[in-house]
Amino acid sequence: MNIIVCAKQVVDVSEMKIDSATKKPILQGVPQKISDMDKNAMEEAIKIKEKHGGKITVLTVGPVNAKERIKELLAMGADEGLLVTAPENIDYHMTATLLAEAIKKINVYNIILCGEASIDMFSGQIGPRLAANLKIPQITYAQSVTAEKDKITADRNMGEQMIITESTYPVLITVTKEINMPRLPSLMQILSSANKPINEITADSLIKNLSPLVQTIDLKGVSMERKNVVYKDDIDESIKQLVNNLAKEGVLRG
Amino acid sequence: MVLVYSDNKNLTIEMLNKAAELAKDTKKKVTAVIIGSADEKLAEEYISYGADMVFIAETNLKDFKAEEYADILSKIVKETKSETILVGSNKNGKELSARLGGLLNAGCIVDSNNVYMKNNKLLAERIVYSGNAIAVNQFNSKPAIVTIPSKAFDPLKKDNSRKGEITKKKIDGEKSNSKIIKITEMKTGGVNVEDAEIIVSCGRGFKNKDDIKLVQELADVLKGKTVGCSRPIAADMKWLSEEHWIGLSGHKVKPKLYIAAGISGQIQHIAGMRDSGIVVAINKDPDALIFKSADYGIVGDLYTVLPKLTSAVKEKMG
Repeated sequence: MNIIVCAKQVVDVSEMKIDSATKKPILQGVPQKISDMDKNAMEEAIKIKEKHGGKITVLTVGPVNAKERIKELLAMGADEGLLVTAPENIDYHMTATLLAEAIKKINVYNIILCGEASIDMFSGQIGPRLAANLKIPQITYAQSVTAEKDKITADRNMGEQMIITESTYPVLITVTKEINMPRLPSLMQILSSANKPINEITADSLIKNLSPLVQTIDLKGVSMERKNVVYKDDIDESIKQLVNNLAKEGVLRG
Repeated sequence: MVLVYSDNKNLTIEMLNKAAELAKDTKKKVTAVIIGSADEKLAEEYISYGADMVFIAETNLKDFKAEEYADILSKIVKETKSETILVGSNKNGKELSARLGGLLNAGCIVDSNNVYMKNNKLLAERIVYSGNAIAVNQFNSKPAIVTIPSKAFDPLKKDNSRKGEITKKKIDGEKSNSKIIKITEMKTGGVNVEDAEIIVSCGRGFKNKDDIKLVQELADVLKGKTVGCSRPIAADMKWLSEEHWIGLSGHKVKPKLYIAAGISGQIQHIAGMRDSGIVVAINKDPDALIFKSADYGIVGDLYTVLPKLTSAVKEKMG
């Protein structure tokens, strides 16, 4: 089974600080990591490979330093990495197009696995866009999958419904956080992964004149004006004051 | 043409108002799309809520598959020469829109709660970085696809005297190799956190499933009756169904009063409740992040605070 895992390097949102004056997030100096659900996708790829054999390729569109992140996935169990180095202001259309062009070069694949969405933007566009570009079926929000020789079955969590969908290969699947617990590579695995290849190609060598269809022209701060009245002392007194305040706010009328 | 589509009627009606505003700014008309059977009653209703036209794509597709619906919708976009496409931002709508974007080589922004024209360009704002910022996105090309969450816009007032045109057409979409094997309706207790005016939520601070009754009791005396929760309770422990889950990948809520008990206040949870009116937090950790996002907070053990708060509220409300 040949599996491609699409992974994105993102800023670690939980480490993000906010500029107190502008209320804007400070993007410089925030640690980078592989987006959480992409690691779930990686883990699922390893499980499928353990059962059926084959090869796992990690594919990333990102800056040159994303190579360091790809190494983490090679240590987990991917066989090789492919980094498409891309300009900074890249949109969903460009990313999906570059992934599709790179995958056409890889040529042989059965399954493409992606995270449901990336933790920075949380749009969830790349999986479906990529599937459209490659003209293959998409199975999104998978919370469990069973791969067989000539088809794959997935349980999709759609909130009000649980949908079981199957597809022949090739197929693109996006996974949720619940699907598995990504393994932590051992020191041995980390050391031995140093010999695994990471190929690097430029966006231009795949497709020329790609330009963004949407552009982020501003990043506004979010004002979260809250009263921040915190009662710390006697619980009975705190509750009394809280209830009085809630009554004053007018939220205790049924 | 401004196109509006959702498999959810209420969402469609809310989007029609926004679509009418965008259409006015660009001197275009609004078309609502129905995919499936020729439901003329629904079409009339969409007209009464502001659609200039309703396009019914008659198909015999049994269930929703994004691949097939995106193909049908792409044909409708081309036929109606639509430049702006608004799609309801539920799970189906989001994967449909992204696939449609791929098919049409069109820009797409999901989960936008503010869409407007500026200098002849369409702008769509959305929350990014787990609720830490708002990205203002500008479309450089047409068509432009935007998905809109429920309650982002109010519907127009229903007016049965509005006139509109209904077009029916059989459209054959491409068939997908995927196959739906089984659909199970999840048990719903009729909970709808997105419409709730008062929500009491629980999080990791709860030790047992049974203890959730403490939250329920407070919700009951507040006459809100709605219980919410953070990710661990719904996704990991599965003590409550996902319809209670509030957060980035759960539901986004805006009640008048939001009480968070035993919730640490991870940004993913805040992203789901930040639009609430008054926020109350109960947590035994004085440094818990949730206090930064709260109007009122009590530092204390929820097992002590909740029962006392419940009786105090009961007394106050009489």
